[in-house]
Order: sequence, then C-alpha cells, then structure tokens
Amino acid sequence: MITKRIIPCLDVKNGRVVKGINFEGLGDVSSPVELAAYYSGAGADELVFYDITASAEGRALFTDILTQVASQIFIPLTVGGGINTISDFDRVLKCGADKVSVNSGAIRNPLLIEEAAKKYGDQCVVLSVDVKRVDGGFRVFGRGGRDDTGLDAIEWIKRGVAMGAGEIVLNSIDTDGVKNGFDLEMLRAVCDVVDVPVIASGGAGCMDDFTKLFKELPKVDAGLAASIFHFGEVKIQDLKRELNANGINVRL
Amino acid sequence: MVAIIDYGVGNLFSLRSSLSFIGVDAVVTGDPDVIAASDKIILPGVGAFEDAANKLRQSGLDKVIYEEVEKGKKLLGICLGMQMLFEESHEYGVHKGLGLIKGKVLPLADVVGDLKVPHIGWNSLSLKKESKLYKYVNQGDFVYFVHSFYGAECSESISAIAEYGVEVTASVERDNVYGTQFHPEKSGEVGLSILRAFCEM
Repeated sequence: MITKRIIPCLDVKNGRVVKGINFEGLGDVSSPVELAAYYSGAGADELVFYDITASAEGRALFTDILTQVASQIFIPLTVGGGINTISDFDRVLKCGADKVSVNSGAIRNPLLIEEAAKKYGDQCVVLSVDVKRVDGGFRVFGRGGRDDTGLDAIEWIKRGVAMGAGEIVLNSIDTDGVKNGFDLEMLRAVCDVVDVPVIASGGAGCMDDFTKLFKELPKVDAGLAASIFHFGEVKIQDLKRELNANGINVRL
Repeated sequence: MVAIIDYGVGNLFSLRSSLSFIGVDAVVTGDPDVIAASDKIILPGVGAFEDAANKLRQSGLDKVIYEEVEKGKKLLGICLGMQMLFEESHEYGVHKGLGLIKGKVLPLADVVGDLKVPHIGWNSLSLKKESKLYKYVNQGDFVYFVHSFYGAECSESISAIAEYGVEVTASVERDNVYGTQFHPEKSGEVGLSILRAFCEM
C-alpha cells in the first residue's frame, strides 16, 4: 500500500536552516547537512529545501550545500526558492534535487511550469502556493507571502496542474506558524479540483493535527512542517507510529 | 567497476552518489569500450519512453547492452530503464523496447481506478520469488516509486510487486537481467541494500 508522506521542510539562508513564524522573525536552527542526515535516519519520507537567500553568494552556497546533502542522503529531495527560469531548474537538478518547487517565478511566468514539465517530466515540477483568505475567497500571495497577487488560488492551481505541475504544496498563510492544525477547509477546496498529489503545509502543532489531516482528508498525500520537527516538539518516528496506530498507512 | 549508462536521459547524480556512498567503484559513461570493460551495467532513465529508446539506439549503446548481456554480464534497469527491458511500450503510441524481458509497458491509469497517477511515494514490496537482488530486503520493506506506466504480461519474470489498486510490477528478472520500477537510489537504506546486493552478485 502507498503510504502518507511526512516531510520536514528546511528554509535555508546563507547556508543555515531557519524557520519564520508567519514568515517573520527568523531564527537560526542548524546545519542543513546535519539536519538532513538526522531526518533521513529518523524516518522522514522526503525533504524540502527552500532557498530564501537573495544574493548570488547565498545561491552558490545553497547549491554547494544541496550537493553535500544529495551525496549523503538517499531519499527524495525537493528544492524551491528563487526558481525563475529553466536554467534555475537545471542548476538545482544537477546538484542532486529530484523535484523543483516553483512559486513566485511561476506567478510571474506561468509558462515556466509547462516548459519545465516538458523538459523534465511532470513528476519533477511542484507548484507551491501561499494562500490567504481575502474577501471570502482564497487568494494567491507572492514573494514569500508578502504580496497579494489578486489571483484566485483554486483557479491558479487548476491552471498549474493543466500545464504540467505534478504535485501541489498548499501553504495556508492563515494557519502558518499558528500551530493550531492544518487548514482543512482550504485543503479540501484544492483536493476537490485536482488529481495530482497534494501536500499540506502550514499549521501543524502536534501529532493530532496530522492524524486529523489524513483522517478527514484522505486525498491529501503528505504533510509538511518545519519548526515542530526542528525543535523536537514532534519526533517523526513517534508521529508515524501514532498515525499507524490510527490506521493510517505510513512507512515505519 | 559498474558502468552507469549515460545516454542523455535523466539525472544521474543520485545514482552515482549512492554507489559511491556504499563504496562501489562506478562510472557514468556513454563509451561502449568502458561499458564493455565494466563488471556490471546499470541502465537508468527518467522521462518519456520513445525519446529514451531513440536516444539509446541513436547512440548505438543498445548493441553494447545486447553483446554484454549475451556474455552473461549483469544488467540492472531502473525505472524507465526497467521499462526499456521489455519488448514494447504503449506510452503515447507503440514503441519497441530492448526485448530482454518478455512483456509490455502499459498505462497505469487504465488499471488503478480512482487512484492518482503517477504512482508517487513509498510503497511496500511484496516479494514473489527468491531473488539475489533482495538478499538484504525483508517482505514489506518500503521503496520509492514515481511512474505512470507499468510492466504488464510479464508474470514469469516478476520478482516483486507493490499494491496500488492492482498488483503493480515492482521488479523483474530473467537470468542476468534485472529491473526495478522503483528508485533504489532514492529508497533510503533499503534502496542502498538493493544496490549493494546487485553490485555483490
């Protein structure tokens, strides 16, 4: 049986892992290579790295770190952050990424999704979307959740999948950092319209939040979180045992 | 020395790194002489069947594969590399494969019902026969899959399956030819142990 995936997300800035609460107040956690090795050993099903560096030096540092991670960790690696062109895809794939996550770059140039899917296959293109409720609808926010793009999230996600996005990471800005559970209402709205894997992000505060996620929304394929894993509030192996005890298929 | 065949398809970074991680001397090459001089051959592949099969033929590397397999050299096809071992694929038209394993490649979407395609994620192996490839693997161990097509009409060569609505071909073997639909180089410790077992044969 296919299993639900548990994915720790590592935001990397200047070669270090950070995590923002509501995208602000970043604090230093640990070395990406050490954390990746720790998570792989602890039962993470996949790892996501977001490069939140803006400078060229930071970019180079990031690919260097990615290469080190991919030389030692043999589970799927997704990379995002600063992916604006096909050459950005090429840059991170060459360093050992398996999937590439696009967000603002695809909002600016939606054809990037299509071009990348044709070149590397749908399975390689992950559409990551930061979504917030505005005027009773779900609105796409760009630039790390700072700008209201005016785009309707459901329409944008449908369009992304039609152009070849092979997976969706749905990050709810409304629940991100609040640790009060995933945004089930928003996730349901997305699961209803797409048939590619959906990864839930934003809001996980405890093990129960994951159980609730997979019980209430069987169409969600994976749960992604950062701080609760980084600070050891939830241990992945404990979480997977808990899910298994609740009848949810996981890789133990 | 293990030759990883480079015919311009897919990303070979992880495969090369994983072999190096387990201490295996491996080279990524498109040179027929290097492949002929190797102890074992790995045929990787990601992407579309037709494109990959064309590239393999245009490079002339299909001939080297036939010659070396004929001599008894061990060959491991991974993912699309496994699918290429079959006689033909029905991925957007009908395309000829290497024909080293009896059977064909068909779309998963036609058989898995409401389940999502591609079949992405960790699935457990149900081992169907004794295989040297699974020397270190236990019944039910998890490996990582990403694919939209599967090996069909190949029951005599199936060594393991994974449940995904139907019994999906997870691996095949015939004499010295092996193939895995999943990615051992992305399947953590279990995957590394499968690569180790292949390299130790």
